[in-house]
Amino acid sequence: MNWLRQLFSRRRMYGELSEEIQEHLEEKTAELVAGGMSREEAAYAARREFGNVNLVEENGRDIWRWLAIENFFADVRYSLRMLGRNPMFTAVGMLTIAIGIGANTAVFSVVNSVLLKPLNYPRSQELVALTKIAPGAAGLADFRNGLLLSPSMYFTYAEQNRTFQALGVWVPDTANVTGLAEPEQVRTVDVSDGVLQALAVSPTLGRWFSQEDQIRRGPERVMLSYGYWQRRFAGDRTVVGRNVLVDSRSREIIGVMPQGFRFLDTDFDLIVPLAFERGKAILAGFGYHGIARLKPGVAIAEANTDMIRMLPIWMDSWSNGPGTNSHIYETWKITPMIHPLKQEVLGNINEVLWVVMGTIGLVMMIACANVTNLLLVRVESRQQELAVRAALGAGWARIVRGLLVESVLLGLMGGALGVGFAYAGVHFLVATGPANLPRLSEISVDTRTLEFAFLVSVLSGLLFGLIPALKYAGRRKTLDLRSAGRAISVSRERHRARNLLVIGQMAMAVVLLVSAGLMIRTFKALRSVDPGFTDAQRLQLMRISIPGSLVAEPERVTRMQNEIADKLGAIPGVKSVGFASEMPMEGFDSDWDAIYAQDKTYSEGEIPPLRLYKHLSPGFLETSGTRIIAGRELTWTEVYGLRPVAMVSENLAREMWGTPSAAIGKRLREYSSMQWHEVIGVLQDVRENGVQEKSPETVYWPPLMKGLFGPGPVVQAVRTVTFAIRSERAGTQAFLNEVRQAVWSVNSNLPLASVQTMQNVYDKSVARTSFTLVMLGIAGTMAVALGMIGIYGVISYTVSQRRREIGIRLALGAQRGDVLQMLLGQGARTALVGVAIGIGSALGLTELMRSLLFGVSAQDPVTFAGVAVLLTFVALLASYIPARRATLVDPTVALRYE
Amino acid sequence: MKKTPKRDLFPGALEMMILQTLRRQPSHGYALVQHIKQTSHDLLQIEEGSLYPALQRLLKEELVKAEWGVSSTNRRVRIYKLTAAGAKHLELEVSSFERMLEGITHVLAPGEL
Repeated sequence: MNWLRQLFSRRRMYGELSEEIQEHLEEKTAELVAGGMSREEAAYAARREFGNVNLVEENGRDIWRWLAIENFFADVRYSLRMLGRNPMFTAVGMLTIAIGIGANTAVFSVVNSVLLKPLNYPRSQELVALTKIAPGAAGLADFRNGLLLSPSMYFTYAEQNRTFQALGVWVPDTANVTGLAEPEQVRTVDVSDGVLQALAVSPTLGRWFSQEDQIRRGPERVMLSYGYWQRRFAGDRTVVGRNVLVDSRSREIIGVMPQGFRFLDTDFDLIVPLAFERGKAILAGFGYHGIARLKPGVAIAEANTDMIRMLPIWMDSWSNGPGTNSHIYETWKITPMIHPLKQEVLGNINEVLWVVMGTIGLVMMIACANVTNLLLVRVESRQQELAVRAALGAGWARIVRGLLVESVLLGLMGGALGVGFAYAGVHFLVATGPANLPRLSEISVDTRTLEFAFLVSVLSGLLFGLIPALKYAGRRKTLDLRSAGRAISVSRERHRARNLLVIGQMAMAVVLLVSAGLMIRTFKALRSVDPGFTDAQRLQLMRISIPGSLVAEPERVTRMQNEIADKLGAIPGVKSVGFASEMPMEGFDSDWDAIYAQDKTYSEGEIPPLRLYKHLSPGFLETSGTRIIAGRELTWTEVYGLRPVAMVSENLAREMWGTPSAAIGKRLREYSSMQWHEVIGVLQDVRENGVQEKSPETVYWPPLMKGLFGPGPVVQAVRTVTFAIRSERAGTQAFLNEVRQAVWSVNSNLPLASVQTMQNVYDKSVARTSFTLVMLGIAGTMAVALGMIGIYGVISYTVSQRRREIGIRLALGAQRGDVLQMLLGQGARTALVGVAIGIGSALGLTELMRSLLFGVSAQDPVTFAGVAVLLTFVALLASYIPARRATLVDPTVALRYE
Repeated sequence: MKKTPKRDLFPGALEMMILQTLRRQPSHGYALVQHIKQTSHDLLQIEEGSLYPALQRLLKEELVKAEWGVSSTNRRVRIYKLTAAGAKHLELEVSSFERMLEGITHVLAPGEL
């Protein structure tokens, strides 16, 4: 406990040391006086002999303490005092850093939660999505999912694979639940055996599906999501064993999944077994997402090889019916492209997030440059203090350390405030939920985020502290003691650092503004694309499904849909109503197949390219605003009369017959036993897959027809359709109430799903672009604001330093205009150099965001020129204010200044 | 601040001399300096102040102890005394110093080899 005693008796010891030294000096002085010196001389000599009293005292004290720590705390105390003495500087610096760190921390928490954290399943690195590409199957293997799996593929893979622990297929779906409260359309996930086993998340209550539950016409069972269990059953634990009516079939509840469990990124209410009928499986039917868990230690490449091995087995084991060629799929060039499940969940969002992270990082650099500027000015005004400290014996390292402690402290204080901003920002982000951001619900400020904020605070503190510290701490010329703090003249060298900073700021601002500008141009280009519908704001959508258990007979289904359309049309303010198997950009799994024309010849076994199939009701085109290029729309009489008619898209008409009008009267069919359908109309191309994606070639069928789902004379109807209602009142609550009443007046068991306006659908499809635009816009605005402050600061400082010089110039007859020009010239030169560097860097950097752009080149000259002009103008403006102030200097006052 | 050309003592030399001086007789700081200066015939240029940090080090390691008292010139001073540990330390230091000196002398001695 010796050190403890020492610790507490230290103050006394220090006092004793001082006293002792005083005594020493006095004794020496007395002796010298006795030797005949004058008292004054003697005191001086005693001090000279002794050396630096303060240093000796300090060294003496140092013996007693833990040097490093104590010096550090002394520095901290001193820094806090210095910061407190200059509240304006501290506040501005802190706020600048806080904004920078806040923005960075918020974006990092998104990057961390979305991109970096593993998925929420046990040993999630083993989970893969069984995706494959099929270049030979154009539209079927769509741009988003590649080629999905068919039930027969699932059977082959599940039974023959050598590389997976568990494997299954699933598909998101909807179902009507009745008998609980109001009829409700719920989100379901239909799963095969193996899916839950692969995900390996145990249920909170009850059990998983067993193989027995996957038998067609076996026991009908269902599992609940935690949310649905809470919502509909109030978390009742006796729910297992009870029955619910799902699509009018009674199913027994066998389990409840835990809270937070999701299917990749899909939220759901019920899990329903797919129960494939093995005996009826054919090769085709590519509509299911494959998911699997790799055996431990198996690499993705091995799994791909395994899949390639199984493809011929699949083709040999199954068929598409008598007389069909099983090896036709070889022409599709099916290639397994298994990738980690996480990649499947993230989709293409990671590019966006990294671009945003990069831009926000640049903003941080600009903020740091501004703080560096502030510190430079401040250190300059503190030169006298530093010189005094140096003269009193403080070493170079000590002063640098002091200054760095001060700037790191400033960084940390700003960081603390910034974390507050980040919390608010993340909260706001999650609440607004932009860009269909995957894993949105998982985004939070966690320990890793806080560590990041801390690290950034310290690093930025070091960064903006280092330049001023190195620049001024080492100066110990005696001159400094006298001259510092008084502006005799300004050395060029002092200006260089600041000018360089401003140049850097301008360059970074250019990069950010160019990126933001390119996004604006992209957005405008997207806006100017004719998507194939008009005035999306006034187009109300909703989806209605009529299950076979409710209405069995196909024609009655269509008549019920027709009746609903009529009732909706009678609502006040409704201009027109129609329905379609799906709306553009809705993203439902759509129907694709080949089409044969009567006037073309096809060689044996040739399969023409796949086309998108859609079904439209009469009146739909008028409602959606899709233009008819040639011919006419189909009529209800044709629908009910089962007349073999169809419509095609303009691009399909041009591809097959050259011109839209040439298509009219031509005849088409899907397969050889189908009757020929006459083309009665050609419609404009529709951006079905999103504004950025090319319009697919499309065939439009009637909603009720023979052989809708394959060969056979049976008449079938499309049971799930999206209704489109054209009305000024679209989206209002009152209107939606009337819409519900109208639907339920036809049948009160029909739930309404996906109730939204077409504008919502459109916005979602451009969400990634608008999210990037907003983020880059914010970053760009911050960059310009900070850059302006930077330039303004430098020019004002120059003006304040050159007051006297300007006064002399004016006194000697310089015109005020000349002075203004000189100062503006300085601002403009700095800005132009920065802009030039920025343009150069941007030319390279914007290449990184090419995949986010649409309809504009990454080196778009308009954007680049615009940004250059804008920033130069802004720089001139920022220089003008202080420059003008300089010209108002009264020469006599300026000359008398010192 | 080390502008004057001056040869520094090797680390521990000052402490050794202090301990040696104190072994003869307890004394206060000023007297210590004067004694060291005189007995070294002013050959060692010691800044008087440098004595005090050295004394603090010795105090911390409990090789000396200090008490307030009155000097011969009637001043209130802190008088340092050697402790038992200090005496032992001094012996060790001196013998190791002598060995070192002997070594250096051998190397520097002209003509031998």
